[in-house]
Amino acid sequence: MIDINIVKKLGDFSINAAFALGESGITALFGRSGAGKTSIINMVAGLIQPDAGHISINGHFLFNSDEGINIPPEKRRIGYIFQEGRLFQHLSVLSNLTYGMRLIPTSQRYVKLDQVVKLLDIESLLDRRPAKLSGGEKQRVAIGRALLTSPTLLLMDEPLASLDEARKREVIPFIAALSRNLLVPILYVTHDLEEIMTLADNVVLIESGHSIAAVSPEEAISRYYHR
Amino acid sequence: MTVMEWEALRLSLWISCCAVAGSLIPGILVAWILARFEFWGKSLLDGLVHLPLVLPPVVIGYLLLLLFGQRGMMGAWLLKTFGISIAFNWKGAALAAAVMAFPLLVRAVRLSIEGVSQEIEDAARTLGAGPARVFFTVTLPLMTPGIITGLILSFARSIGEFGATITFVSNIQGQTQTLPLALYTLTQSPGGESGAIRLCVISVVVAMSALIVSELMSKRFTAYIRG
Repeated sequence: MIDINIVKKLGDFSINAAFALGESGITALFGRSGAGKTSIINMVAGLIQPDAGHISINGHFLFNSDEGINIPPEKRRIGYIFQEGRLFQHLSVLSNLTYGMRLIPTSQRYVKLDQVVKLLDIESLLDRRPAKLSGGEKQRVAIGRALLTSPTLLLMDEPLASLDEARKREVIPFIAALSRNLLVPILYVTHDLEEIMTLADNVVLIESGHSIAAVSPEEAISRYYHR
Repeated sequence: MTVMEWEALRLSLWISCCAVAGSLIPGILVAWILARFEFWGKSLLDGLVHLPLVLPPVVIGYLLLLLFGQRGMMGAWLLKTFGISIAFNWKGAALAAAVMAFPLLVRAVRLSIEGVSQEIEDAARTLGAGPARVFFTVTLPLMTPGIITGLILSFARSIGEFGATITFVSNIQGQTQTLPLALYTLTQSPGGESGAIRLCVISVVVAMSALIVSELMSKRFTAYIRG
């Protein structure tokens, strides 16, 4: 069980989000651009410190303002797939993939390199540099790199937003396969209705920095058209 | 070439190499602090680093003499504690060259650090790398072209250093008489014109070579990083 309840003031904009995620499946954070979705998952990842509240995974606090707990991002075991991939340009695809994996003790690795390479169909790319990859290939490598840290939670910040339709269709099946095959919970930021319909199991609606409801994908789409 | 000219060339290369080697790590550290942190007194540090660019070199030389002369605060301490004297010998000339070239090194390295996106560093942290590992495995490799440019520029600046050197460590053949000082001596001596022209040509060749090597190495490293 992942429990998130955070408050943050960013200039004139304030974030107040409270929601929970199950132990598997894809939960989408759905809202307009500028609603504060990325700030929320940056706080979950530890890249932004909330002003107050708590973030816990299976009862273990990553952040708790009352108890002064704030685990740094490198110790949270949360995989993060960014909108633009953020691969390391100076490393090969293989070195990118194993960068985080090598920092995890072998006994704690539940995701194997071979498994990820096969799942994401990236065997032919291993020796290449990121500059020689297409947008879709870059995102698949970024997904693999985050997965190989054997995370307890996977964050995805509009991972398809920078891709054209063909590349989106290339990556969507891989994301769908992740939650089915690896049983890792995914928090997926999007403002795209099609991604909600195709990928999400649950939806948290975000408006002006506030989480306003947790609903089914159908309910989210219905609310979108009837607002 | 005469013995004096050979000696000036050898001494110049040695002093410049020592100046660059000695200022490399402090230069990277100061550039990193200026590029990545906001703190009280940052403008003051920035100003101090860049002071040699705007102050007359003679002023820098005189300040070094006051500080590092045998009766100066630092000079007396170095002599008493380590038995090291740096006034009026090659060590002092290397210090003068390092101080004068330091702003060029810091500027080039700082620009290269600012060119490395903090988002890439954030990505590395979410993969389990702490700040030091992020610096050595991501930031440092990506800023290598800037470090090379900074090193070569500061080397070329050290080769040409005159005002601070002659004020701080005087013009002693075989000890502190670098290329520009030897050239100056020859221009003041009857019949020294041909020697002065030879040293002039050597200075131009060394400086041009440094710039060309800097450009080539920087391009090669950039191409390597991009794969």
